[in-house]
This record gives sequence, structure tokens and C-alpha cells, in this order.
Amino acid sequence: MSAVPPLIDVEHLTMRFGGLLAVDDVSFSARPREITAIIGPNGAGKTTVFNCITGFYKPSSGRLTLRGDREYLLERMLGHEIGQKAKVARTFQNIRLFPGMTVLENLMVAQHNKLMQASGMSIYGLLGLRRYRVAEADAIELARGWLERIGLTVDADRPAGELPYGAQRRLEIARAMCTAPCLLCLDEPAAGLNPRESGALNDLLLSIRDREGIGVLLIEHDMSVVMKISDHVVVLDYGRKIAEGAPEEVKRDPAVIRAYLGTDAGGADA
Amino acid sequence: MAYFSQQLINAITLGAIYGLIAIGYTMVYGIIGMINFAHGEVFMIGAFISLIGFMICSLLGIGSAPLAILLVLLLAMAFTAVYGWAIERLAYRPLRGSFRLAPLISAIGVSIVLQNYVQLAQGARPKPGGQIVSGGYNLFSADGFDVRVTWLQIIIVAVTLVLMTGFTWVIARTPLGRQQRACEQDMKMAALLGVNVNKTISLTFVMGAALAAVAGMLFLMYYGVIDFFIGFLAGIKAFTAAVLGGIGSLPGAMLGGLLIGLIEVFWAGYFSSEYKDVAVFAILVLVLIFRPTGLLGKPEIEKV
Amino acid sequence: MGPRLPALLKDAALTAFVAAALGLFIVGFRTVDIGSTKGLSFDYQFVDLAIAVAAIFVGRLGLSMAAEGQRWPALILGGILGVVGVSSVNLPSTFLHWFVGLAGLLVIGRTLWPSADRALSRARQSPGGRTVGRIGARWLGGILLACAFLMPMMPFADQKTMDLGVLILTYVMLGWGLNIVVGLAGLLDLGYVAFYAVGAYSYALLSTQYGLGFWSVLPLAGAFAATFGLVLGFPVLRLRGDYLAIVTLGFGEIIRLVLINWVDLTNGPAGVGDIPGPTLFGAVFAETAPPGHRTFSQMTGIPFDGTQRLIFLYYIILGLALITNLFALRMRRLPVGRAWEALREDEIACRALGLNPTNIKLTAFAIGAMFAGFAGSFFAAKQRFISPESFVFIESAIILAIVVLGGMGSQIGVVLAAVLLIGLPEWFRDLGNYRMLVFGLAMVLIMVFRPRGLIAHREPSVRLHAAPPGGGG
Repeated sequence: MSAVPPLIDVEHLTMRFGGLLAVDDVSFSARPREITAIIGPNGAGKTTVFNCITGFYKPSSGRLTLRGDREYLLERMLGHEIGQKAKVARTFQNIRLFPGMTVLENLMVAQHNKLMQASGMSIYGLLGLRRYRVAEADAIELARGWLERIGLTVDADRPAGELPYGAQRRLEIARAMCTAPCLLCLDEPAAGLNPRESGALNDLLLSIRDREGIGVLLIEHDMSVVMKISDHVVVLDYGRKIAEGAPEEVKRDPAVIRAYLGTDAGGADA
Repeated sequence: MAYFSQQLINAITLGAIYGLIAIGYTMVYGIIGMINFAHGEVFMIGAFISLIGFMICSLLGIGSAPLAILLVLLLAMAFTAVYGWAIERLAYRPLRGSFRLAPLISAIGVSIVLQNYVQLAQGARPKPGGQIVSGGYNLFSADGFDVRVTWLQIIIVAVTLVLMTGFTWVIARTPLGRQQRACEQDMKMAALLGVNVNKTISLTFVMGAALAAVAGMLFLMYYGVIDFFIGFLAGIKAFTAAVLGGIGSLPGAMLGGLLIGLIEVFWAGYFSSEYKDVAVFAILVLVLIFRPTGLLGKPEIEKV
Repeated sequence: MGPRLPALLKDAALTAFVAAALGLFIVGFRTVDIGSTKGLSFDYQFVDLAIAVAAIFVGRLGLSMAAEGQRWPALILGGILGVVGVSSVNLPSTFLHWFVGLAGLLVIGRTLWPSADRALSRARQSPGGRTVGRIGARWLGGILLACAFLMPMMPFADQKTMDLGVLILTYVMLGWGLNIVVGLAGLLDLGYVAFYAVGAYSYALLSTQYGLGFWSVLPLAGAFAATFGLVLGFPVLRLRGDYLAIVTLGFGEIIRLVLINWVDLTNGPAGVGDIPGPTLFGAVFAETAPPGHRTFSQMTGIPFDGTQRLIFLYYIILGLALITNLFALRMRRLPVGRAWEALREDEIACRALGLNPTNIKLTAFAIGAMFAGFAGSFFAAKQRFISPESFVFIESAIILAIVVLGGMGSQIGVVLAAVLLIGLPEWFRDLGNYRMLVFGLAMVLIMVFRPRGLIAHREPSVRLHAAPPGGGG
């Protein structure tokens, strides 16, 4: 699409669990300022790809190159380093907030590494030095900005677990964004949302793409979401990549239609 | 050589007892993923019921040792099983779905309750059990040292082998075993397919407790003395056995029990008996750090 | 009543049957020694068992009636049990009086609970109630603190009371320390007493062997204990929560066994004695000073009195406990503290956010250990004699019970729980035998009925909006 180098290159990614080949030689790239959707039927290996990128699984083979402030080989990094250094943030299929902590605290935890440094490994913080207080105030401001964008400002001091489902989804995205990532990985963010919430989510994702200018990787089942907002679509089936391209192209691809609707179904739209 | 052989025989006997207790840990862990901290106390209760059972037998004038052992075995298994059932029903079942540490804390509570309950009801002094089976068989002599296997040791190993075989059969072949394995894999799905999950879990506790009762009886016969505190150490050692063998695996529990028996006896025999428990704890720590799945366990894949 | 009654009766009968099966051997046949050669004989306790089983039958019936909403029959049954419990009817033991009476209380409590609960929450929701709650939460701490400060000056503060005060405060401090590990970071540490032992032996050995004073050893003891925490924690903190619990338990036992068996260093089971007490600006609290020291009365001119030492110890432990508390409160509002809590809530999410779980757990573990080390060296200085017997698993369990009962993460809860669990049994000496029984029971009941502890309220570590009157939301 442009001369900008891809943000992440996934090359020949393979993940084996015992005898099961969950991801089989998958390659694709995602660019900054683009939403790249990974779609495919259940069990196609989408979440496994995510887990490899974000360090929850160590890939059996393959290379994951992320170009952030410098080049990182993600497959060689420990789980938490991928969030800390390479700046890849993610959300989860089954929301993983800190339910007992407040909405604001959730966003503050996301800024832990930055704040930890400012608190001088807690020593400045314990002494209540100005340097830490300023950093904390900045962090709260950043959180406030995100709360406004997701419409949860009034709920800031409520436990996150008390929020309605749709709000929890938005909060999880905001929390991931508070880590100041260069790549945001969203695992089925629209699952369980009603049409109105789903529309708001689309706007949020587009604004993240355009305002923050970062790359977004998206696993999604809801085709209306995928077709509306993604710039690039990767289709997986049985762990393999079966198609890739712009949404319109992918939609017409016979291999994709076959994967979704079975062998002999003709041109029906998903 | 003679000394070594004698130690080996002793170690196998001890290992059999640990293995029986370890099965209870491993089964419960397999099915609901919790460490039943109170299991050592269940073993202790089994030992006390056995002690009282033997005394009743002698009051009733049952002179034949095999008959007495059989009666006490059944009695202890049955009544200890009630403890297993009641503990699960009262202290664990209400906590399903509570926060992560809740079942473990509750289990520690149960363990404290049982210890003090027995101490209050039966007194704190050690209870001599008397000798039920005596005599043995000299295998060979070497270096002026008789290598001897007692009838009791034979009984212990034989009872353990019979129970283990029966038990493996239950798990592998009966509907109950199938339901148990189904619950291990996926409790919700099993429930949807009509498995009575509550009943299956209850039965797991009942079986674990029954085996612990057997271990308690054998312990009583082997050492001849018990007190309300024996469950603590034996429980930790059996848990170590379960972890060493691979928690969740039945053959692993037996193998782990055997290894812990070997380690304990040989450490005491060749190094120092003061530090034999330290050796066992150290093994526990090392296994958990370097091979948390144990020798025969399956690796756990973290679900994200 | 009507058609449900047979079902309830059957249920109660079943419960009683199970209880009878549980008690038949352990309670029914009490084994007693009859001389060393003859072995054991039975002391039959079937009457006791029958009474207990009957009480369980009636109690269960009452409870299920209460659950069905049949309040009057339930109250009557509860009342009968209560009356039998407190009456002078000749039950075979005091324990049975307690048992029956408490069963009655339970039934009555269960019957009245729904309406009491409703009334309470209505009161809490009302504007007046909210203000009271807010003021209560804010001032309760202050009131307790003032009481603690003034205690030694009260007329009732005799030696026994002061001893108890020191004891309670020691457990409060240990509870606050363990609360960092268990309550905030969610790491179940069953070997906490090991760090207490490290602190105690550090002071005992450094003071008796090298003549170091309490105040110079205190930081050292904390550092030693924290180092132990780091060394142990580094390999094991990667383990799953329940494995961690067992490993820390094992570690606690290892430390104890080493203390018993490493006779050259620790003097083994005989323990270490003649440990000097803490000094105040170099002055000792004794009638006569050892060479090179002077006594408190020589320094101040106040005549010697045995309770001065106790009062001094009391203020030391009060100060140490308060430092622990302030430190924990402060840490909670810092990034580390929030990371502890986040880790307790969801470790996987923490990793995804780039938090290093091992480091965060290590800080909690080491800091908790450090405070146990401080408390340990205070314990050695107070007792003047320590032996491995003071550092058994039950101590860890008691401290854990305090934290759990108080409400994990709640600082005031720990104080209330320590007073309840340590203070009450000391005041009611006959309860002593049943103390651990009650502890264990309390742990189970709290987990079943009130898993968040006595004080369940959690104050956010940071707020966007000013706190509303009535707190929380």
C-alpha cells in the first residue's frame, strides 16, 4: 500500500501442541496506521497466533519481527518483555480486567513500568518526592483522557468488575492503550456486544488507528465489523493461511467461501 | 549389601504407605485442581479408627489376626470415607467458584479442626497400638547381619498392591471412572452430558479417604504408635510423593510414594536421620522448580 | 409447615446419621492409658455423642426451617437448644453446654439474619447511615490508635494486661506484614514463621555471641529475613499459587529442623537464653545494670519498677507495628502496591501489560519477610529465651487466620481479628483447649460465608473524583 515498512512480520510461524498442528507455516505482515483482521472459522488457530505474538506461547518455529523503536525478535523474548519493551499490547477473548480494582486503577496498572521508574523503585514514592507526584498526576491525566474517549469517566472509581459487559470490553482496550503500545492486538473485541455498542467500538478502533497511528491486529468473527473497519484481512483455516488481501477481495475469494460455508455452497455472503 | 537389602525392604514398605496417601492428593487435584491440605489429617483419622477397631476386636475376642485385619480394614475404610465425604460437602463444595485461594485456606482450616478434634476427643499422648502381626522370614544372612522381611511388611505391600490394582481397574473400566476422567477434562461439559458432577467429586473424596484409611491402618501396624499429629508430616511427604510422580497421575502417585520411601530410608540409613525430613522437603522444592509436572505427569498448557 | 415437614425431618435425620458416623469411633470410644504395660482401654462416651448428635439433629432442622422461611418453629427450636445450653441441666461436660448453646445461637442467628441484614443494609444506604459509616471508617483507626497509646496509663494495666497487649501487638504486626504477601499480592505463604525465626535467631545469636545491641541488630535482622525471602522466593515464586503454599510450608519446616539440628550454631532444642532486652539510650531495664551499662532508674531517677520494662516493650512493638502499617498503606498507593493487587487479581493480564510478575512477587515476599524479621528480633528481646518450639507451623497458621479473618488486604480487619483470636482466648482461659479448634472452624466458616473477611470494604488506591459521602459505591 505504501513504502512504510511493515510494523510486524510474521514469517513461517508454526505452533505444535504434542501431535496437534495448531498453526502451520503462517506468514503475513501488518502495517502501522492500519487495522489488520485475522479471520477464520472456530479452531483455525487465530488466538494461537496471538498468543505467539504476545509471548504466551513459544512458537515451535518461525520468526516474528516487530519494528518499534528498534527491531525486536518477539519469539526470543520472555512473556512480559513483549509488553514492556517491544510495546505490544493485547486484550483477551474472555475479558481479563482486574475486577476488584477500580476502573482508574486498571488504567494506572497499565502504566506501571513508566511509574515505577518515576517512583525510583518506590523510594521517591515512599518519600513523597515531587518528581513522583508529577509523574503520577500525568498518568492520571492520560487515564482521564482515555476514560473520556470510552465514555467511562463517571465510573472511574467503581470496581471494574461491576461494569456492564460492553463497558468492560472498552475498558480493556483503553487499558491496553495506556501502555502506549505500537501494536495493539484485540482478540474478538466485538464478541457479545449489541449493535449499538458494536458501532461505538468501530469508531473507537478507527480513532485509535488514525489518532495514535499505531497498528491494530484484530481477531473477529463478526463479519460486519471486519468488512467495515479493516484495511487488510488474513484468513486462516485449520492453522493455514488460505487467503489475504483487502476486505472486498477476500470476501469474493472462493477458498474463503468454501472454508466458511462448506464445499459446495456458492456465492452467499457471510 | 545386607544392610542395603534390609533398607530396601523397609523403604518399599514405607513407600507403599506414602503411595496410598498420595493417591488421595492426586485424585482430588486431578478432578478439581485443589490441594486437599486436610488429606493428611484424614489419614490420621483412619489410623485412629483402626486403633479403636483393633481394640474392639480384641474385646470381642476375635483372636485370628487375618480376620481382625480384614474387619478393621473395612471398618476404617467405611468410616474414614464418611470424613472424606463430609469435608468435601461442608468445606469445599460451597467454595466452588469462589476466589483462587479460598479452597486452600478452607482446607488448612479443616486440617486444624481435625487435628484438634482428635486431640480433644482422644488426648494428646501417643497411643500404643500393640503388635497385631509378629514374626517374619529371614531372607539371607551376610556380614553377620540377618536380612529379614516381616510378615507385616509382606501384608503391607500385598494390601497396597491389591488395592492399587483394584483401583486402577475402577478408574479405567467402570462408568464411575469414566465420569471421573470426564470431569477432569472439562467439568462443565461433563455436566452438560449428564454426568452428576457433585456426586463424582464426592466419590473421589470418598475413595481417597478410604485409601488414606488403609494407609492409616498400615501405619499403625507398622509403627505401633500413633498420635493426633502424624497427619501433618505424613501428609506433606505423601503430597511430595504425588508431586514427584506427577500430580494427577495414579501410577505417578505410587511411583512417587516409593521414591520418597527410598529417599527417606536411605538418607536416614546412610547420612543422618535428623535431616531425613529436610531431604524430603528439599526434593519437593527441587521437583517443583525444575520439573513441576513430575515424572509421569502431563504438561499443563496455560489457557489464555 | 405442612407437606415439607417430612422432607425436613428426613434431611435432619440424615445429617444426624452422618454426624453419628463421624463421631462413633473418635468420640464414642475414648482411648485412655492404663499403665505403661497394659496399653489402652476404653472410656465410653456414648452419652456425650448422643447428646451432640441430638443437638445436631435439632439444629439442622431449625436451620432448614429458617431457610424455608418458617421463622417461629425455627426460633422455638433454637430457643430450646439455647436454653439447654445455658441451663444447669447436667450435661456430661462443659464442652457440650457450649456446643448445644452455640448450636441454638446459630439457629436463632440464621433465622433472624435475613431481616437483620435487610435492616442493616437499609440503614447503610440511608444518608445518615452513610455519613456514620464514613465517619466510623475514618475514626475507628484513630480511636483504636488512641486506645493503644493510652493503654499503659490505664488503671487496669497490670502486668497481665500489658503482657497481653504486647502479645496482641506482636500478632498485629505479623498480621500486617503477612497481609502484604497474602492480602495484597495474593501469595499464600504458609511458612511466614520461618522469617520470624530468622529475625529472632539473628538477634539472639548476634547479641549473645557478639554483644550487639537490639537497635543495631534490628535492621540487620530485617535485612537477613528479607534476604532469606529473596533467596527462597526467586526459584519458587514462578510456581502456581497452591504449589507456592506447600513449598513455603516445606521451607518453614526446613528452617525449624535446621534450628533443632544445627546444635553448634543454635544450641538445638535447648534454645538460646540470656538474651539481653532492648535498651533506651543505652539504659537497661533491670534492677542492676551489667558492667558498662546503667539502669533506667539511674538515668532518670525514677525508682525501679518491674512494669517499666513491659511498658517500654509495649511502646517498641506499638511503634514497630505502626511503622509496618504506615509502610504497607503507603506502598499500596504506589505503583508496586497496585501491581501487587493486580497480580492477585489476574497474573496473565499483568504479563500482557508488560509487568514482570516474578519481580513484583519478590518485592512483596521480601518486604513481608523483612517485617517478620523485625518482629522476630523483638520477640527474642522480649522473651529473652527462644527455642525452635516457638516457630512451628501452627504459628504460621494463626497469623494466616488473623489475616484471613480480618479480610485480606484490610489493615483494621487485622487488628480486630488479632484481638479476637489472640485476646479472647487469653482472657477466657477455659477456652484455651478449644482455641485452635475455633481458629480452624473460623477459617472454614469465613471462607464459606464471608470470603472477603470481617472488613470487606476496599478503599481505592487512587481516585479520579472526590470520595462520595458514605464511601465506595
